[in-house]
Amino acid sequence: MSALPEIVNPVEPLLRTERMPHIWCPGCGIGTTVNCFARALLESQRNLDRVAVVSGIGCSGRVAGYVKLDSFHTTHGRAIPFATGLKLANPSLEVVVYSGDGDLFAIGGNHFIHAARRNVDIKVICVNNLIYAMTGGQTGPATPSTAITATAPYGCYEPSFNLCALAEAAGASYVARWTTFHVRQLTKSMGEVLRKRGFCFIEVLSPCPTLYQRRNKMGDGLDTMKFYKEKSRVRNGAPTSEVALTKDGEIAVGKFVDRERPDYIESMRGRLSEQLGDRYVEMECPVCQ
Amino acid sequence: MAKGNVTINVERCKGCAFCVEFCPTKVLALSSAFNSKGYHSPRVVALEKCSGCDLCGMYCPDFAIFGWRIKEAAGQEAPDAG
Amino acid sequence: MQADPRGVLTGIHFIDGDHACCEGALAAGARFAAGYPITPSTEVVERFAARIPTVGGIFIQMEDELAASITIQGAVWGGAKAFTVTSGPGFSLMMEHIGYAAMTETPCVFVNVQRGGPSTGLPTLPAQADMMQARWGSHGDYEIIALSPNSPQECFDLTVRAFNLSEEYRTPVMFMMDECVGHMTEKVVIPPAEQVEVYPRRHTRRAPGAYKPYEPEADLVPEMVHAGEGYRFHITGLTHDEWGYPNMNVATQDRLVRRLQQKIRAAEDRLTMVDEHGLEDAEVVVVSYGITSRVAERAIEMARQRGVKAGRCRLIGVWPFPDRHLKALAARVKAFVVPEINLGQIAREGERAAGGAARTIPVTHAGGGVHRPQDILEAIMEAAR
Repeated sequence: MSALPEIVNPVEPLLRTERMPHIWCPGCGIGTTVNCFARALLESQRNLDRVAVVSGIGCSGRVAGYVKLDSFHTTHGRAIPFATGLKLANPSLEVVVYSGDGDLFAIGGNHFIHAARRNVDIKVICVNNLIYAMTGGQTGPATPSTAITATAPYGCYEPSFNLCALAEAAGASYVARWTTFHVRQLTKSMGEVLRKRGFCFIEVLSPCPTLYQRRNKMGDGLDTMKFYKEKSRVRNGAPTSEVALTKDGEIAVGKFVDRERPDYIESMRGRLSEQLGDRYVEMECPVCQ
Repeated sequence: MAKGNVTINVERCKGCAFCVEFCPTKVLALSSAFNSKGYHSPRVVALEKCSGCDLCGMYCPDFAIFGWRIKEAAGQEAPDAG
Repeated sequence: MQADPRGVLTGIHFIDGDHACCEGALAAGARFAAGYPITPSTEVVERFAARIPTVGGIFIQMEDELAASITIQGAVWGGAKAFTVTSGPGFSLMMEHIGYAAMTETPCVFVNVQRGGPSTGLPTLPAQADMMQARWGSHGDYEIIALSPNSPQECFDLTVRAFNLSEEYRTPVMFMMDECVGHMTEKVVIPPAEQVEVYPRRHTRRAPGAYKPYEPEADLVPEMVHAGEGYRFHITGLTHDEWGYPNMNVATQDRLVRRLQQKIRAAEDRLTMVDEHGLEDAEVVVVSYGITSRVAERAIEMARQRGVKAGRCRLIGVWPFPDRHLKALAARVKAFVVPEINLGQIAREGERAAGGAARTIPVTHAGGGVHRPQDILEAIMEAAR
């Protein structure tokens, strides 16, 4: 056994280890999703110099600061339009947006639906902890009805978004939902979107033991993982209209949508070359090789 | 004879116990000792059962543990993701 | 370096300021624009949308100005030169990302074809009331560069300069047009590409590993890299250290924010851009900018005809404010007369710069039109008394 080489965590090269330990709470699932993402990237055999991560603001927005890739921590809700500009200026990049439910669907909701409509070739990973965690646990667009939050002390009475249905209706090419319990499936799904062209969306339910589960007497991170295990049903291909989440009900997981649509650049190129013929000039990307 | 092993970075651990709970062969238990931040990190209690599947590594939100297969490590290959 | 000839529409044109601004952007090397329709600025991106597919680049119409103003920054970090165009209400929405560009030192240009405000105000009519917003609109302390053209020719020339300054200082540059200049059609001469000087991106020559994204050079401006080049760098709007990592403490904040201010303030003399005339013997100086400077010209002539020694100081660069220049001028004249289509935004800056050495007389206009020369003349006559 003494001949064994030094063994390092396979995800280590993808992390800014000098910044560890990270800021996420004990039992928070964001790190688990990053772990899956790192493994999916390694398995994809992609040139990691060509993968960029763009985050918004919030706990999940901090992902950009921990992955050892070109990474952009942008403004609240605007990761998607930033990513759109980055991708269009350098189409050789794989651009992944990594952010949370509040960032992507409240303040950034408009950008989400329009990027899906355009089918911009970006991959959106939404860590859904059902709450605004960084600011102390306020109601968000994905907070289920009756859940207690910092700004809904008597229980939330707004309906929540069904994120997967919204993504599909807006035009996403790929829509899946997993939880942090489903690490293998999540890793596989992340690998699939890295191979797919177009606007892809993965929702990952993740514990926020500090601010969501605690207030709702749902235990700690581990209890939440067991809850996910117990409540989840794999329903690949289910109509997204049937996968809405409730506070205590079934959690439908799986790949719901996987379809082919021309992406933004393809549509642009097709139309402009049809109309302009030889006069159409592709954008020269100074960085592309 | 164990087919695998785990490597634990005690100082990165925040004691969530995901690895302990979801290890398919129950190799791990939480240590009674604290790390410098006051968390109980996992420790190996049944090494002979470890298959090196690295599920602990996938679950870990703190990049503090990972599993590896002895055969692959001996073959000078960096352990893959399992 | 010389402009890429593909973007330079060399020749003599009869076009309006909005179109000239678009040509300036193309000549400067802008190959990416994101926008959202708003009167009276839309013609800039309409022309860009028509022109760019044959030059080689992208125009994308975004869902709002919040998006447009950050999409361009994504494009810049992807390697492009990029800009966005708007007017007052859209400019208000863009404030968030003017701050982001200032903080992350992302070179880009924001064109504001000013109309009357506040709020929706006067969509089709002129004003110059966003001058202070251009300076202070985003939260926090930062310094900005702003230029103000007074003709379609300058819309071309100064748009090129706006891009060059944004690259040199790695800062967002505000291009403060107004509805009149934007919609005024005049002769615009676009020179051959080899006569258009373009400032290249300050790309580092350091290898990955030896490069820190926010390590300043001697002029306090750090060098840049782009995504996809292997640097694996990090950018954030949070207070950051030289590695670009969040580092939120008093010392890092102090170092960063003071550098962001100083890199521009220290260059005040270089950034002082004025167009002056008749100052040798002037007692009264009309300080103006944009369309108002053209009305002021008539008032200055009328004053001279009446024997009053009036002169012109037109601000081409409005921010950083040419403090030292106006202070020196104030020491040898009686008064500044400052006409502007707002209720005294730049007049107060003139007064501050004069520091009591000369009187400052604002000539205000609430927007929707331009001054009558007589109104400015009266102020000149009063100043001369």
